[in-house]
Amino acid sequence: MLSIVIFLPLVVGIVLAVTRRLPPAVAHWVWLGTTLVDLLLIALITAPRPSGTALLGEQQLVWMPGIGSSYHVGIDGLSLPLLLLTGVIFVVCALWSLRVTDRPRAQAALFLFLQSTCMGVFSAQDLILFFVFFDLSIVGMYFVIAGWGHGDARRSALKFFLYTFLGSLALLLGFIGLYLGASPHTFDMVQLSRNGSFTGTSLAAGSILAAIVVGLAIKTPTVPFHSWLPPAHTDAPTIGSVVLAAVLLKMGTYGFVRIAIPMLPGAWRDYAWVIVVIGIVSVLYGALVAMAQTDVKKMIAFTSINHMGYVILAVGAAGIVGRTTEQAQQLAITGAVTQMVSHGLVTGALFLLAGVFYDRTGSYDLRDYGGLARPAPRFAGFFAIASFASLGLPGFSGFIAEFQIFTGSIGTTWWTFLALPGILITAALLLRAFQRVFTGSTENLSIRFRDLDRRETVPLVILMGLSVAIGVIPGPLLAIIQPAAQILVTGLTP
Amino acid sequence: MTVTNMNYTSLLPEVVILAASVITLLVGSYLPRNRQIFTRWFSLGALIVSAGTAVLVLGQPSTEIFSGTYAIDAPTTVIRIIAPVSAAIVIVLGREEFVGSARESETYALLLLATLGTVVVAGATDLLVLMAGYLLASIPLYALIGLSRTARAAEATLKTYLMGALFGVLLLAGLTLLTGLSGTSSYTGMTGALAHAPAPAVAAGIVGVIIGLLFKAGGVPGHFWVPDAAEASGISVAAFLTTVPKLGALVALARLVMTMPTTIDVPLLVAVLAALSMSVGNLAALAQSNVRRLLGWSTVSQVGYLLMPVAVISLAKGATTALLAYLVFYAITNLTIFAVVACFPGRDTLAHWAGIAKSHPWLTGTIIIGALSLVGTPPTAVFFGKLAVFTAAWDGGQGWLVVVAAANTVLSLVYYLRLFVSPFQRPNAGAPEISRSTVPRTARATALALGATTLLLGLVTAAFGAIGSL
Repeated sequence: MLSIVIFLPLVVGIVLAVTRRLPPAVAHWVWLGTTLVDLLLIALITAPRPSGTALLGEQQLVWMPGIGSSYHVGIDGLSLPLLLLTGVIFVVCALWSLRVTDRPRAQAALFLFLQSTCMGVFSAQDLILFFVFFDLSIVGMYFVIAGWGHGDARRSALKFFLYTFLGSLALLLGFIGLYLGASPHTFDMVQLSRNGSFTGTSLAAGSILAAIVVGLAIKTPTVPFHSWLPPAHTDAPTIGSVVLAAVLLKMGTYGFVRIAIPMLPGAWRDYAWVIVVIGIVSVLYGALVAMAQTDVKKMIAFTSINHMGYVILAVGAAGIVGRTTEQAQQLAITGAVTQMVSHGLVTGALFLLAGVFYDRTGSYDLRDYGGLARPAPRFAGFFAIASFASLGLPGFSGFIAEFQIFTGSIGTTWWTFLALPGILITAALLLRAFQRVFTGSTENLSIRFRDLDRRETVPLVILMGLSVAIGVIPGPLLAIIQPAAQILVTGLTP
Repeated sequence: MTVTNMNYTSLLPEVVILAASVITLLVGSYLPRNRQIFTRWFSLGALIVSAGTAVLVLGQPSTEIFSGTYAIDAPTTVIRIIAPVSAAIVIVLGREEFVGSARESETYALLLLATLGTVVVAGATDLLVLMAGYLLASIPLYALIGLSRTARAAEATLKTYLMGALFGVLLLAGLTLLTGLSGTSSYTGMTGALAHAPAPAVAAGIVGVIIGLLFKAGGVPGHFWVPDAAEASGISVAAFLTTVPKLGALVALARLVMTMPTTIDVPLLVAVLAALSMSVGNLAALAQSNVRRLLGWSTVSQVGYLLMPVAVISLAKGATTALLAYLVFYAITNLTIFAVVACFPGRDTLAHWAGIAKSHPWLTGTIIIGALSLVGTPPTAVFFGKLAVFTAAWDGGQGWLVVVAAANTVLSLVYYLRLFVSPFQRPNAGAPEISRSTVPRTARATALALGATTLLLGLVTAAFGAIGSL
């Protein structure tokens, strides 16, 4: 059943790719239909909530028994929120593209392929399977940027590919290390996550962790491995940016909670402070650099680095184990996963809005606009809501996430408060950008700016509605994450 | 161990190829030009029969025949299957190139002999048999490269010939030393005998033999002929000489490394050569704009990865499986890329590939699959080879080599990407329009079939399991 979720988009994508002379409208609706069916299927599989240890929709088939790798998929409390997020984001992308005219069939096929790889990453329970999907997502995104991007798309796509491919190889080295460090040798994630399965020396554990962290940090991305992200976002097509920010970046942070922490708990405890420092630096650096941007997409890209910094900070802080810190650790992990979902929804919306700028005028430059609220009130309204959600105002998902992250992190190590100014800076820069663009007298490119139409409004309503829903009633989401967070923290206790 | 096992029937696969090459040569001399096509079908049939007879011994225990000079085991069996199959693919691919050419039957005979040489090199467990196989595999290559009779081909032939002579002498010197020091030319018992011999002399011998074999494999330092030959010879011949000779040479290297005593750090020597091969090949490939020259350098770098399991062949458990798996996956992938090249005979540089994506979407897909496989992206074939090779090398204590190989993989992505970006580029105004009908049909079908195999091979459990269980 779960395999259908993973491979249904791929199969439909292949069919679309080989059917020539398909009317664009058919391609659009097939795409949208597939994403909806896929989302529905995940909801069906996970209707019985994931309880503690058992995996939902688990399936294991013999694949490469010679090297201890199998086709093993399953869902738990850490992966379910991300699978649902992936499902929603791809529905939104399909909706957004309903009227796209630039090679619609190929685009639909490519995004369906990309969806398969994302679903695969978040449901894989075998390191090789994880890696297969992880690498294929890079290939898919490369073609999205190179094929449908604008500006210096080829160059940005190449930079993206090279950089993240380097990361994936570091990850592969780490996986091989984990495989050789376990006895009997295996790539199975469930077995590797069992306590004490890694039998190597602490030096080996440290270097394997270093390889994995570098690989994941490039994907996330954190300072100092972030330089591929701004150009990739700037030159990617709108829905490419949305998928990149909302789903692909999560593969990095997901890897921390899925692989790094449970498989190398000892090394994680030893080096947790390094992770915390990286997190704090990412938070502050991302926020400060975002403030200096005049390109709206670059600005959102840097706030992404800032937001991912919170996640890194939280997973690092969760590794700092004290005598009475268990509850704080759990809170940090729960907050981290909530932040992944929240960032996916909010930043997805922000990139859609940024795409509207480009669709209308071809310019992302904030300085080209002014007083936009008058000709485009709906656009202004959504931009305001998304900005508030992004800066973590109560009532939105971001608040729930960041509140838990900070409570949990400061509960384990007091000096994580150093990251707090990040919130203030983000708030300042988003409000400043809003003022610059939407208030004042209508001038420059703002004149005769067309407001959002229905095709654009519906996806934004979905994303912001979910963010508000999580912000107001966080219970159901937290109930999914908490048992898994508890298991993770228990594994970390020496 | 030295019981004289004169089991002639177990040499059936080799005998079939030998007989076929002689018959092809003789019959070809008497057939009129328009009937020469008979030799094509005959050679194809013989290669398939040879591979088929090799399958027959599957599952039987490993043996050494003819007084321990020739091994019938998993590595030999794999090469006995993949080498003739690769040669058969080359002959199919070469429909336009070979059929009706002035020396059609001779070409097939040379291909058959070179294939036979590769199989013998792979099976040899005696230095003298190794030398015989080496010569058998090398000499036909010189003639094959020169077949296209252009000025560049003549230059490439001469270069290959001179390099071959030099490295052949090195190999001969090395194996003379080793035979003299150990008192036997058979691998059986050589390890023990060499352990008590003076280490510097043994080292000199093994260096000579390894470097000599690296000429055949096309790895540093015996690589200089590869890019020239790949560029100047016919496309199908280039596909052959970047694929088949390696198969035997690397297995032979593995057998030798296994035989060497621990008094010399042979694994380190091979590991250093591996690192050099991959780095030199990748760095040189970066600057190429000619497709075949680029692929020539790419094969030099691939030899680097293939040497990784050879280095740790007696240190890591999965090294043999890793080597054989990588060899098979690499052979199929390399042939895939060359099959695509054969679809566009006139388009020599990457710039000429512009616009192919629009006119030939399927072939473009095949290029993407092939290039991604050579990079080692899952789920294509070579990824699984690379995974096995990396794991084996790390397991064998050469962790640094794995890091070098990973860095090289990223480097290689830069030029492999150009392979599949070029088709999407807009062609220059006035470039020749290539319609579907001008693409050779056989080459197209071969490319598509091989592309599908490359994609599926890694996913099929049986492929991996079968090699592992041998």
